[in-house]
Amino acid sequence: MTSYNLTHLRELESEGIYIIREVAAQFENPVLMFSGGKDSICMLHLAIKAFYPAKVPFPLLHVDTGHNFPETIAFRDALMKKHDLNLIVGSVQDAINEGIATEETGVSASRIRLQIPALLKAIEDNKFDCALGGARRDEEKARAKERFFSHRDDFGQWDPKNQRPELWNLFNGRKKMGEHFRVFPLSNWTEMDVWQYILHENIDIPNLYFAHQREVVNRDGVLLYKSDVLPTIEGEESKVMSVRFRTIGDMTSTGATISDADTLEKIVEEVASTRMTERGGRADDKRSETSMEDRKKEGYF
Amino acid sequence: MSSSTKGYLDMDLLRFSTAGSVDDGKSTLIGRLLYDSKSIFEDQMEAIEKSSKRHGDGEVNLALLTDGLKAEREQGITIDVAYRYFATPKRKFIIADTPGHVQYTRNMVTGASTSNLAIVLVDARKGMTEQSRRHMFIASLLRIPHLVVCVNKMDLVDYAEERFEEIKEEMSDFSSKLNVVDVEFVPISALKGDNVVERTDKMTWYEGPTLMYILENVHIASDHNHIDCRFPVQYVIRPHSDEYHDYRGYAGRIAGGVYKTGDEVTALPSGFKSTISSIDTYDGPVDKAFAPMSVTIRLSDEIDISRGDMIVRTNNIPKVEQDIELMVCWLSKTNLVPRGKYALKHTSADARCIINEVKYKVNINTLHRMEGDQVIGMNDIARISIRTTKPLFHDTYRRNRITGSLILIDEATNETVGACMII
Repeated sequence: MTSYNLTHLRELESEGIYIIREVAAQFENPVLMFSGGKDSICMLHLAIKAFYPAKVPFPLLHVDTGHNFPETIAFRDALMKKHDLNLIVGSVQDAINEGIATEETGVSASRIRLQIPALLKAIEDNKFDCALGGARRDEEKARAKERFFSHRDDFGQWDPKNQRPELWNLFNGRKKMGEHFRVFPLSNWTEMDVWQYILHENIDIPNLYFAHQREVVNRDGVLLYKSDVLPTIEGEESKVMSVRFRTIGDMTSTGATISDADTLEKIVEEVASTRMTERGGRADDKRSETSMEDRKKEGYF
Repeated sequence: MSSSTKGYLDMDLLRFSTAGSVDDGKSTLIGRLLYDSKSIFEDQMEAIEKSSKRHGDGEVNLALLTDGLKAEREQGITIDVAYRYFATPKRKFIIADTPGHVQYTRNMVTGASTSNLAIVLVDARKGMTEQSRRHMFIASLLRIPHLVVCVNKMDLVDYAEERFEEIKEEMSDFSSKLNVVDVEFVPISALKGDNVVERTDKMTWYEGPTLMYILENVHIASDHNHIDCRFPVQYVIRPHSDEYHDYRGYAGRIAGGVYKTGDEVTALPSGFKSTISSIDTYDGPVDKAFAPMSVTIRLSDEIDISRGDMIVRTNNIPKVEQDIELMVCWLSKTNLVPRGKYALKHTSADARCIINEVKYKVNINTLHRMEGDQVIGMNDIARISIRTTKPLFHDTYRRNRITGSLILIDEATNETVGACMII
């Protein structure tokens, strides 16, 4: 007898493709939020699969903090060219210049929160009614309660107490003028699923994810890249080490991990044996126990 | 390659739901499953150790692993369904964790709608309660294929076999009144870890499997309908490129049956017949496709098909009707309006409907039908009939959970207000 059973990766892929097609069908002007990180690369891969052999029928939006790793930007541009994609860049620097965001000061200054006004401005300016994001529920407890279709009011805010129940595979994307949705096709994926999928599908990812030599400083247990934009602390020592990044965010707040994993196979093995959550290396989440929840309510993805 | 880079190719996916209140040990059970399957990371563990100390708990309180949002802690409530993940070398698991406060029914129904299996937790000291009855009823209403009753806190009844058998009998009696297909009973202590992941030597009288063994081995391939071919068209793919000039593909996720190239099919509602010329995916054409695969179907004839239409096998057509009988679980604080009009979503179709009749409401504790009770409020379950603005291509929920389910939407607020199962 033939077994009609899918592997967990095929089932997650099928679910993700279903969600992305649902977005294309239910919304007039959707956009795919692309950060250059592995999750958004994975999501884009699903989007390409969802509409093949047609092109992805919506643009991509990258909210550039101005503190991105140059490797991320180079990777992004090459990928856009390869798949003939339409990229829109929302700039945190512009938001600061226009006065809708204010630069933080001090040694732990970060532009993570400043992405919110830049993102909301890009959504408003382009009249996007839906933004696809690569967030996963396993990342953080505020995200564990997030919907696939997450309703946002006309200020872009998330109200965890007033979410629409999601039943079966029926997704209610109805909204009033000015409101929009955030949709998360990778909701049910874990970090491990993403890596296994990247390995299985042989998806290109930025070199930052593979072990390489880099100059880092150890700040409160987080290894930060000693870049030109990292605020310095007097007397702080830097060191060149073999490191890789488990997530790719801002250069000033994304922690590196000491690693020799220089192939996808080694990364999957490392992730399988690692005993720290990937966000454990994000200085932005260490600020307080509820920093993600607070950011999400304001309009973070 | 090592097991972690190869073994995952054989893993499949089980979705299960748990429901219950704080004191029946649900959070501890989930914490135990995560902890014993080594899905807890050091930084999470550190955080809950710190928290346990602050609360003055003697041992590490595994229940804190499922601790919620600030908004919840401030108000001492839990906001609906939280999803949690863990994996063993055999399977990946998705837990729909639903709290047991006043919105219980609505949340349980939501969590149950996508589950292959439900865990019903019973406190060994208390036996079957109103809540466990309600949970079993919802599991049967939502037709969750597998049910596991965990008789928890066995450590507090001296691991007594008699107590376990007593509860098992009582609950088997109740479940025989429901349409529960497959039910298993496991005596456990989530706190001590007995029979959750590891077998215990404290209950040698129990010869059945541990909870984890059931979760890892329960047969789920047949949980989808592989008999009646149902393909709701979700999106039409037209590349408009030189290379694929005449390409016209119907994209969607198979809701039932097995589709093969060459199959004779009928498109609904038009009734036009054609054959499948190709089943496409990005990775190349496949010769057969089944639920829940997302694929793109091409037909050998050019016929007009759009989103909301359904491609089915010519010799097996679903019901095509406008008058539909439903069981509804009401999700909104605003009561159902008899003779009211609602928007509805069914597979990939959108329509409107009017509530024709409220036939009866179900008392979910006694299972009694309350005929004539027209007041349907949040968490109520009722039998209703609707008339839709256009025919729905549907099956009974019992036959197919995808083509047999629909949601009602309030047209003024856009809220999802009703979860419906077609009878």
